[in-house]
Amino acid sequence: MGDNRIFAGGEFLITDVTPEEVFTPEDFTDEHSMILETVKDFVEKEIYPNIDKLEEKDHDLVLSLLGKAGELGLLGTDVPEEYDGLGLDKVSTTIVAEAMGTAAAFGVVYGAHTGIGTLPIVYFGNEEQKQKYLPKLASGEWCGAYCLTESGAGTDALNAKTKAVLSEDGKYYILNGEKMFITNAGYASSFIVYAKVNGEQFTGFIVEKDFPGVSTGKEEEKMGMHGSSTRPVILEDARVPVENVLFEIGKGHKIAFNSLNIGRWKLGASVMGSCKESVTQAVKYANGRIQFKAPISSFGMIKTKLANMAVKTYMSDSMMYRLAGMFDDKLATLDADAKKSGAEKIKVIEEYAPECSITKVFGSEVLDYCVDEYVQILGGYGFCSDYPAERYYRDSRINRIWEGTNEINRMLVPGTMMKRALQGRLNLLPAAQAIAGELMTYSPLSVQLPDTPLALQEHMVKMTKKIALMVAGVAAQKFGQNLAKEQEVLAVLADIIIEIFAMESGLLRTIKIIDKEGEEKAEYHIAAVKSYVDDIIPQIEAWAKKVIAYVEEGDMLRTQLAGIKKLARYQPIDGVSLKRAIADRIIDLEAYPF
Amino acid sequence: MNIIVCLKQVPDTESQIKIGPDGKSIVTDDIKWVMNPYDEFGVEEALRLKEKHGGEVTVVGLGPKRVTESIRTALAMGADKGILVSDEALDGSDSLANAKAIAAAVKDLDYDLIFTGQRGVDDDLGLVGATIAELLGIPQFSIIVKVEVAEDGKSVKVERPIEGEALIIESNLPALITAQKGLNEPRYASLPGIMKAKKKPLEEKTLADLGLDSAEFGEGARKLKILELTPPPERAAGKIVEGETPQEKAAELAKLLHDEAKVL
Repeated sequence: MGDNRIFAGGEFLITDVTPEEVFTPEDFTDEHSMILETVKDFVEKEIYPNIDKLEEKDHDLVLSLLGKAGELGLLGTDVPEEYDGLGLDKVSTTIVAEAMGTAAAFGVVYGAHTGIGTLPIVYFGNEEQKQKYLPKLASGEWCGAYCLTESGAGTDALNAKTKAVLSEDGKYYILNGEKMFITNAGYASSFIVYAKVNGEQFTGFIVEKDFPGVSTGKEEEKMGMHGSSTRPVILEDARVPVENVLFEIGKGHKIAFNSLNIGRWKLGASVMGSCKESVTQAVKYANGRIQFKAPISSFGMIKTKLANMAVKTYMSDSMMYRLAGMFDDKLATLDADAKKSGAEKIKVIEEYAPECSITKVFGSEVLDYCVDEYVQILGGYGFCSDYPAERYYRDSRINRIWEGTNEINRMLVPGTMMKRALQGRLNLLPAAQAIAGELMTYSPLSVQLPDTPLALQEHMVKMTKKIALMVAGVAAQKFGQNLAKEQEVLAVLADIIIEIFAMESGLLRTIKIIDKEGEEKAEYHIAAVKSYVDDIIPQIEAWAKKVIAYVEEGDMLRTQLAGIKKLARYQPIDGVSLKRAIADRIIDLEAYPF
Repeated sequence: MNIIVCLKQVPDTESQIKIGPDGKSIVTDDIKWVMNPYDEFGVEEALRLKEKHGGEVTVVGLGPKRVTESIRTALAMGADKGILVSDEALDGSDSLANAKAIAAAVKDLDYDLIFTGQRGVDDDLGLVGATIAELLGIPQFSIIVKVEVAEDGKSVKVERPIEGEALIIESNLPALITAQKGLNEPRYASLPGIMKAKKKPLEEKTLADLGLDSAEFGEGARKLKILELTPPPERAAGKIVEGETPQEKAAELAKLLHDEAKVL
């Protein structure tokens, strides 16, 4: 790291990235591996034996576990050393988040606390605020929470009604309003609260639970994550000292949106950890469950499920660490002063906002897929709460909703990239314009692929990038500024872009493994990439055609469809055998195999 | 007081163990290597004694490069320095040869106590601790669950469980103790500890560095030969005793124990 090419956010869509330019789990340092072991150990010894108690909302236990996590340094990876944190790289933070992903609702407590409950102060707090709050949060003495949502302001977060008015003596802001669905509310000591100063200027505040006028409402009865506390936070003439204004008056949206970027990336890591565990749990059951005198893991349909779960998780894993590496590479370019500045660091996170949304959407949907198949593999037992599958299934569902719904995140992926294209930050337009010309002369029949194990897949990833640019170009031309209102088109574009990042991350990681360890050692990684690309290409082609059919008509429609067909030309490979091979490996190891 | 902890790297007990084509060794391809759990008790005890009495904890490992991972883990838990005895000639050595190499690595160090695990969870021989003590000419206490060092740091009182009772032994130092489960609950390697471990000294030594003759090590020098490894027999399916009433079930169970299991 350090000498690597620094990518702009979303740039992967218009450039060829080499395997050396991505960070992968195989690049972990000894310290990274040890951190992973420590967190896994912590979860296994401290959380697993306590899951039932946690599910019954034993709040004292939550706080004592948070304290233990603090002692081990698990809460301070993103907190600078000056404030009793560790100030580690983003790969380390991703590792901790991943391993905490299997900690049931404690993972949520942890995620909200270390992410949106702490980081707004790390990145936007002034010196006094950092000194006052960060050591308490990093040690777990205090639990943090984040209050953005209101009953009338969910996805439309800036529509908040909570109001802040300066007291007559000028020493306090008086806050009034009610925040909804606040994770950790039942035991949090500090809340990042958003309110509009004089009903107009959206502003962040650090609110302590003991400030006069601060209270919490009744616990929500939830579908899943029973072990975490979720309550409204009620502000009734709450007196918040003026020195607790976070960042600048009227700049709350900057904190809010940037905090969400971080939340998305960390959520992506945590759901991926959960995916791995669901594969392991599912195969353990499938190997032991005998029907028709054979373990059900020997049946083809069960094998397909196991293989799909593991392959999708492999892509999610590859995306997460690639993104963590992109953060670290760019953060490494900051000079010493900038490294101390929260504002400079947050710019780095913001740069990769599209990737944050991508990993959140992809990761949470892969987890939903995994837990669904996990329940299905367990059959009737999967439906009963004696087995963890039932809890996994319920707990997974929220991840498509919070940190921005997957719908708003889908809008943001192409939306942000196109906005940046117009600002000249991302060279999408020339790339899109070039496609039309290329298509005139391009013939898939004359493509000569090199003799490397994943040459076809590399070629197809390139082609799908062209498809994405073509569809984006056609849609932009047709709708111009109004494209933002064409949600169906944006959703398809997002899906294509997300899948490109997924395929490419898995592909580059695998080539890196081949280069380092040889083809034989990468046998199952290669199978995973081949199988995934084989499943996705026909989907991308169908999605693209759907948009074209909506946007164009007549001759233009026919021409564009022919173009898509040319770019997506792909002869299916034997995916059944690939998945069987991957499944057999999972069955043999009785664990997530990568 | 200065303490030495010997550690071995073993396959994680969660790993799937497969016997290799030679029938005498295991397939190591998919194995995850971890610090021998009994050695972890030794590390923890050494750290607790250091916290109470001061001094330094040195961790000594033996084996291929990957053993440094386990040494680093011990350093991250709080040990001060590490030594890895690593030499290709050591491949295939038996317990006696391994103990010889370790004894050579520690004999000139300044130590009051040496900890080893009471056995490795891989081949379960439990020979290395006793052999090191013999080679160094110091007393050895095996399978210990409690260690108390006197205030003056000159003697130790240890407890060894025997048949539900406890044998309490006192000894002068230096001595070697082999750690048993129950001695303590090992701490986690904390994240600050992990980052500090990066900067702690870790020395690597070959047999030549220790003044040893490589002919005394390796497969050829084994006094203890492995003839064959066999997997444990497959467990037969359980049986559910049928019957309408508890009395009927008890009668059926007694019959099965007599006729089939032949234990009555």
